[in-house]
Amino acid sequence: MTESADITLSTHRLTRRYGNALAVADLDLELKRGEVLGLLGPNGAGKTTTMQMLTGNLAPSSGSVSICGIDLLEKPRLAKAKIGYLPETPPLYRELTVDEFLTFCGRLHRVPRGELSQAVKQTKARCGLDDMGRRLIAHLSKGYQQRVGIAQAILHQPDVVILDEPTVGLDPNQIREIRALIRELGGSHSVILSTHILPEVEAICDRVQIMHRGKIVFADSIDGLRRSRQTENLVVGFMRPPTLEALKAITGVKDAQAMENNLIRVLCHQDVHPAEAITRSAAENNWGLTQLSPEHTSLEDVFAQLTRQEVAA
Amino acid sequence: MIGVIAWKEFRSLFASPLAWIILAIMQVILAWVFLYQLSGYMENLPRIQQLANPPGITEIVSSAVFGFAAILLLMAVPLLTMRLFSEERRNQTLTLLLSAPISNLEIVLGKFAGLMLFLALALGLVLLMSASLALGGPIDWGLIGANSLGLLLLLSAFAALGLFISSLTQHAVIAAFASFGALLLLWILNGMTQDPNHPLVYVSLMKHFEGFNRGLIGTADVAYLLLFAATFLILTMRQLDAKRLQG
Repeated sequence: MTESADITLSTHRLTRRYGNALAVADLDLELKRGEVLGLLGPNGAGKTTTMQMLTGNLAPSSGSVSICGIDLLEKPRLAKAKIGYLPETPPLYRELTVDEFLTFCGRLHRVPRGELSQAVKQTKARCGLDDMGRRLIAHLSKGYQQRVGIAQAILHQPDVVILDEPTVGLDPNQIREIRALIRELGGSHSVILSTHILPEVEAICDRVQIMHRGKIVFADSIDGLRRSRQTENLVVGFMRPPTLEALKAITGVKDAQAMENNLIRVLCHQDVHPAEAITRSAAENNWGLTQLSPEHTSLEDVFAQLTRQEVAA
Repeated sequence: MIGVIAWKEFRSLFASPLAWIILAIMQVILAWVFLYQLSGYMENLPRIQQLANPPGITEIVSSAVFGFAAILLLMAVPLLTMRLFSEERRNQTLTLLLSAPISNLEIVLGKFAGLMLFLALALGLVLLMSASLALGGPIDWGLIGANSLGLLLLLSAFAALGLFISSLTQHAVIAAFASFGALLLLWILNGMTQDPNHPLVYVSLMKHFEGFNRGLIGTADVAYLLLFAATFLILTMRQLDAKRLQG
């Protein structure tokens, strides 16, 4: 690779077939140092297959992967040394204690003997595992097991950290902690993470690529994604809802549609924003305004939108 | 790196009760065989001494113990190998090894070495039992040595085959039973023919252990068992690679 040294991971026309089924097609990814890339997609989009190929667990049908300029297929040992990988199911030996397990992982990744115990200690501190060192992994809760999984992936200070659905199955507090940890990792490592949870990507990623049926259908910064998610619509709720006609009469309202849960979707004109007018009318007519917010499209909508665009283009 | 994996496998074995139970049961049965043969020898001592070329105590007691140990381990080794790849694949922990900067050769040899370390321990117990005869008088160390070497080579053949079958399936029980079946078949293969020069006899594992059991270290037997083990270790490596290619 002759590009700048800041690119830690790049793929070129990465393709994987299972028999006749195309799991990943002509995938081009690029990751810069210190960047958190979110790989987003519905189930079966090819996220896990992609990650398995990036970590050398699965051979691509064609195409290439290079880690810090080292070709993964030609020099797997050198390239793998620069990767930390947390698969969908954390690969934990349940019969070992956290310390034993992390020490084993450190040795596998050739962390020098003298630095190993220090590395284990630091990693435990980073992942909030300080008091868990002597516990058997089998006895840890799912959240802590997930942390051990992440610890295992970052122990040897890899340049690229690859996390496959790191927050799946965790409770909201744990999700928040893990997200904070990933955000922090982004400072010193490059991170790729896969998920199908949109808010997660917004919370931690710098850049997002959306996969659909093995192809990238959207690649942009996180702001770009936000823009594409926002619509010109408002969602309003009233205690004593007026007729739709009464709403349509307000300046700036193009149309009003009834939604579920007694909410009303208000389509706005481009130039005049009706939020203020709606509040005033609600107060004057005693409608009892309970909610007024910009409508965000759901991931499904973004998807539908993106895949349609793809077809149109 | 092989040592790291081997040591982890060795320790994991002892983290489960299986290894302890296998060692304990083996020891009980072998002790019983040992005492049975010993008392038989003592009772028949006057008659044995009248023979023109009388067998020694080592020949009667130790050879029987080693012969029995071989059969016991033929049953035990599949139980130990079954988890090595099947369970790792099932628990999806194999990813850890495959993602680490180590080669398939190191993974396979590491697991093999870890298991052999355990089997050497089992062999050590058998050896100690036979050596305890030395408390009573002079014994034939050569015979014990040949038996130990033979059993070690035989165990490496068992372990390699078990390791390979374990890499074929995600189900530990299937791996265990298939390995056991394959080993037993290879063990009794020579029973299917009366002709001592039949090719089946040559393939039989039992035939290749018999020499050691009688105190003969034959180059052909050593070579056969080593090649047997090497072949299956190479097949295991290829199987790991095939999984990566096929997914």
